[in-house]
Amino acid sequence: MFEWLMESFYSLPVVMQILFKITLIVVPLMLAVAYTTYAERKVIGYIQVRIGPNRVGPRGWLQPIADAVKLLTKEVIVPTNANRFLFLSAPVLAIAPALAAWAVIPFDDGMVLADINAGLLYLLALTSLGVYGIIIAGWASNSKYALLGAMRSAAQIVSYEIAMGFALVGVIMAAGSLNVGQIVMAQEGSIYHWFLLPLFPLFMVYFISGVAETNRAPFDVAEGESEIVAGFHVEYSGMAFAVFFLAEYANMILISALAALLFFGGWLSPFQGIVPESVFAWPLIGWFLDSGIHWFLLKTAFFLFLFLWFRATFPRYRYDQIMRLGWKVLIPVTIVWLFVLGVLIFLKVGPWFA
Amino acid sequence: MTFELILFYIFGAILLGAALAMISVRNPVHAALFLVLAFFTAAAIWLLLEAEFLAIVLVLVYVGAVMVLFLFVVMMLDINIARLREGFAEFLPAGLVVAAAMATVLTLVITRFITMEAPERAAADYSNTAELGAILYTEYVYPFEIAAVILLVAIIAAISLTMRRRPDTKYVDPATQVKARREGRVRLVSMESVSRDAQKNKSRPSKSRQDESSQDKNK
Repeated sequence: MFEWLMESFYSLPVVMQILFKITLIVVPLMLAVAYTTYAERKVIGYIQVRIGPNRVGPRGWLQPIADAVKLLTKEVIVPTNANRFLFLSAPVLAIAPALAAWAVIPFDDGMVLADINAGLLYLLALTSLGVYGIIIAGWASNSKYALLGAMRSAAQIVSYEIAMGFALVGVIMAAGSLNVGQIVMAQEGSIYHWFLLPLFPLFMVYFISGVAETNRAPFDVAEGESEIVAGFHVEYSGMAFAVFFLAEYANMILISALAALLFFGGWLSPFQGIVPESVFAWPLIGWFLDSGIHWFLLKTAFFLFLFLWFRATFPRYRYDQIMRLGWKVLIPVTIVWLFVLGVLIFLKVGPWFA
Repeated sequence: MTFELILFYIFGAILLGAALAMISVRNPVHAALFLVLAFFTAAAIWLLLEAEFLAIVLVLVYVGAVMVLFLFVVMMLDINIARLREGFAEFLPAGLVVAAAMATVLTLVITRFITMEAPERAAADYSNTAELGAILYTEYVYPFEIAAVILLVAIIAAISLTMRRRPDTKYVDPATQVKARREGRVRLVSMESVSRDAQKNKSRPSKSRQDESSQDKNK
């Protein structure tokens, strides 16, 4: 049965095969986005000693579906004097890079849509495009609050992109490759071979700038509901608003997945090289302990939880302090650590660069 | 016509259209967005030429950073379009001369290279990025370093030109904020506890004592 399926799959035209693979990535991703919103409300609810959504379906499990249906049936209002074409294309520009970036994300050894040489550069280029959706939304809305939010957001994203790019340069130096799959394979061996240890400062910088890039609390001055209503998407309603929402959560999942891939060994099991090889042959438990897609998903879920935890824990940064953190703290840290990394690689400090 | 050739013509048409629109539309924000589109299609054409590193860097640097700042500034400016269009006839002759010169140079280049053979397709495992790095850090290492130093000087110059001390800002140094301790802000004073009735009774004699003291002064 399985072989017949595979055979009929490979007999399809290449374009159909690629489309099928894209569906296989995007549909679970969209479901994950929907249930991240549910998880966020539940997690923050319990942190604040509330219950969170529990009315729709058993334990509130159908809440995201109900939200989607509600937003779909609402009217998309275009403000007077707004630039209609740009106003409606801004949400598309926000979500397209967040989805396209998944083309080079490997879920397991070789399980990747496009195994390109310059994978990490492609990711950097696409994550830097997400800001257009926000800027254009702010400008096309013809509204003061939206423009202010877009300005804050653009300045913040451009600033933190530099720190993030430098952190990724460290990963490239350590792995000696731009291909995401090869970066993961460079961390093979055991949990001590993961880039988390030699690149710990860069990981901190990467994750902090990741939170800032996605405009999440405590860096959410771009939305700042107590200051400028909702920022760049204040004029959006219905599905146009929902697409911005989807883009934000898709970006969160992308940053989490990248943190898992670049610093925590992606699909590699933390038990690799620690428990004897024979354990991996045990039924079920062995499969769980062995490397595989489930470790990648677990690590991604952990970082996603951190996003929610941050939001419930930290108060919002002041705007000038955000800029100070990005330019005067994170960028110098990365530059110093790139020098240290160069020395480590030159001296072949093991087990990473041996 | 191969699929690649069709793609090339589609991207080329979009690129030319976007470039023309960029210099002809009236709204500066629209012009900046057309320039973004032009960069994007140029990157796509470079990808067709197997220059994936340059294509991605074009998107990363120009579209992702430079044009964002451009848009940022253009949106903040209050541009008077009528004033921008003043003096069009005045500058037209100079503009035509420059355009003619550029057109001649371009025609010379194109007519000279148009018969060039298409280079061989590289193998699938060929890494454009690795090749560029290898040649940039060996053969062209000194020009590369000099370019880096010039860029650094430009950064420092830009910062020092725009930096000014503003004594009127109420900026608080975060280091002093972090260093603030409870002892520096709160002082605990131990006082005897007094009931309300006792306070009332006490206040009267103290008042009379004040009166006495004032009387003393009068004397």
